[in-house]
Amino acid sequence: MNGTTTLLVHLPPKRKAKIVEIHGGFHLQRKLCSMGLRRGQIVEVISRQPMFGPLTIKSGNCSMTIGRGMAQKITVELP
Amino acid sequence: MIKKIVLMGNPNVGKSVVFSRLTGANVISSNYPGTTVDFSKGKMKLKEKTVEIIDAPGTYSLEPSNRSEQVAVKMLQDADIIINVLDSTNLERNLYLTLELLEQEIPVVLALNLWDEARHLGIHIDEKKLAILLGIPVVPIVALTGEGIKDLVLKLQQTKPQKANKKRSDENRWIEIGHIIREVETVEHRHHLLRDRLSDLTIKPLTGLPIALAIIFFSFWIVRLIGETLITFLFNPFFETFYKPLALELGEFLGDGFLYNFLISQTYGEIEFVEALGMLTTGVYVPLAMVLPYIIAFYFILSLLEDTGYLPRLATLVDNIFHKLGMHGYGIVPVFLGLGCNVPGMLATRSLETRKQRFIAATLLSIAVPCMAQTSLIFAIFSNPKLQQNLAYSPIVYILLVFTTLLVLYFVVGFILNKFIKGESPEIFLEIPSYRIPHFKTMIKKTWMRIRWFIKDALPWMFLGVFLINILYTIGFIDLLASFFEPIMEGLFKLPGETSIVLLSGFLRKDLAVGTLLSFSTGTFSAMQLVIIATMLTIYFPCIATFAVMMKELGIKDMAKAALIMSVTAISVGFILRLILLGV
Repeated sequence: MNGTTTLLVHLPPKRKAKIVEIHGGFHLQRKLCSMGLRRGQIVEVISRQPMFGPLTIKSGNCSMTIGRGMAQKITVELP
Repeated sequence: MIKKIVLMGNPNVGKSVVFSRLTGANVISSNYPGTTVDFSKGKMKLKEKTVEIIDAPGTYSLEPSNRSEQVAVKMLQDADIIINVLDSTNLERNLYLTLELLEQEIPVVLALNLWDEARHLGIHIDEKKLAILLGIPVVPIVALTGEGIKDLVLKLQQTKPQKANKKRSDENRWIEIGHIIREVETVEHRHHLLRDRLSDLTIKPLTGLPIALAIIFFSFWIVRLIGETLITFLFNPFFETFYKPLALELGEFLGDGFLYNFLISQTYGEIEFVEALGMLTTGVYVPLAMVLPYIIAFYFILSLLEDTGYLPRLATLVDNIFHKLGMHGYGIVPVFLGLGCNVPGMLATRSLETRKQRFIAATLLSIAVPCMAQTSLIFAIFSNPKLQQNLAYSPIVYILLVFTTLLVLYFVVGFILNKFIKGESPEIFLEIPSYRIPHFKTMIKKTWMRIRWFIKDALPWMFLGVFLINILYTIGFIDLLASFFEPIMEGLFKLPGETSIVLLSGFLRKDLAVGTLLSFSTGTFSAMQLVIIATMLTIYFPCIATFAVMMKELGIKDMAKAALIMSVTAISVGFILRLILLGV
């Protein structure tokens, strides 16, 4: 690892970062994986809903909304 | 021999447009395609033979994470050919399901949909190379315009038996996808599109929430406008100028008596469609001339919201509120569908992941979400000219009172259920598709399927309801029932005993209750009593059709629980409203 790492939930908007680790059970891994969220993918945060609401993120051409809890289990690396 | 073709693919790849293209106009039977999770079935010609074609619900993988995906996986079992529809702008993610499908022993044809859009975005895919790498036919298509569909049909005729690939781990599938992508896809950089900006605006809370409110408000305004226009210029003139003379003639032919009462009206002579309670008058007029126009308008607007891709954004915006109710943002979808008819709303609860979420969604739906039949009946009651003298304020005040009560109830009951129902409430995880211009024909087709379903479902129950009410009238049971329930209605809610008959008919069909309600003499109910009755009609029980579906979805044990919650809620709300509105 050469850049700084942070959790996806703390990733500032409009900054691209690479997923380096997904913590959490097999079930979560699989769920994220089937939508293409896995190690090595580049993601960016598009919006955050207030009051611990979900994050909308973009990976490639695909946007998705993911709960904060899940976003807390994903470590990303900023270039 | 090919008998069954199944369309599989991720959600939001335009599968239903492909389906619509392949089946032409011959969709024989269908439930609720689109946002809901039941499949559509149709027929198409292949080598001079008619084969069945099924549009399975969208799924990301063959390891289902909710019940609608389970339905999709089940469809696979008796498929002879699979058409795997892919979104060319998202090839990488879409290939995951493809690799899983290739591990089955069923021939697969790949349809690369949204081909034009991919090119527009600067994505180039070498489809010939992809076909070689995967060992299956690959056809680029643009379902919206029909480009490539002929080629797809051609390829369907040439499919060969498929040998199942070896099962791989997730990791290995992605490694293989990585290889494939590097071989077949090149991407040029393109700048932000207007559409992306629109997408950002509608999903960021600061701009997204006001836009959402505006869209919802505007949608209902349009539904009302279209509905009213249809009634004034089409349905009412038809019933008044063509249908009424026929009914009157038939009435004269029948003469006053038993048969006349059943078919035409309780009172001999002039026909008042709404309150006549005849099978050929009220039984036809209420569902077709009062409810259907709004159903048409509602489903058209809903298709628009679905097919443009707006609903997932709305789900994102309301996620934190719905989380307090034990669901997540997707819970808004059953509510939206339920506003049309509770039955598809019930089916849409399948897309929620856990039992707890489904239970809460289904129970709240049946308690606090009025279907279009109910909504139009509430409007009809308070704007009925006969009752205007009873109203102290403008009708809209009473109507708002009913709807506000229901809205508050949705949140209060949801909040309580979340506290007491055991189980998990997983977080939202939802794809946000790009905005798309809807395919007009598919939208019309979808709306038409839903309308047909409404007619098929509504008319028999309406007939049966009118029939039963008539029998009760004829044998004098209505008065007996009214006086039997008098003490309860009077004691608990300060309502006349006749209310029991209104509630009873509402169980058969919500819109039948309006006929029964208006058939009583004008002075029977005061304005505030009407508010209480209209509210309780929504809460106490869903109509019988919804009840049956709910039972199937929840199972008998949970259904019993839900029914108990409904009854307790109806009684409490009725009692509280009595204290507040009647002041006694």
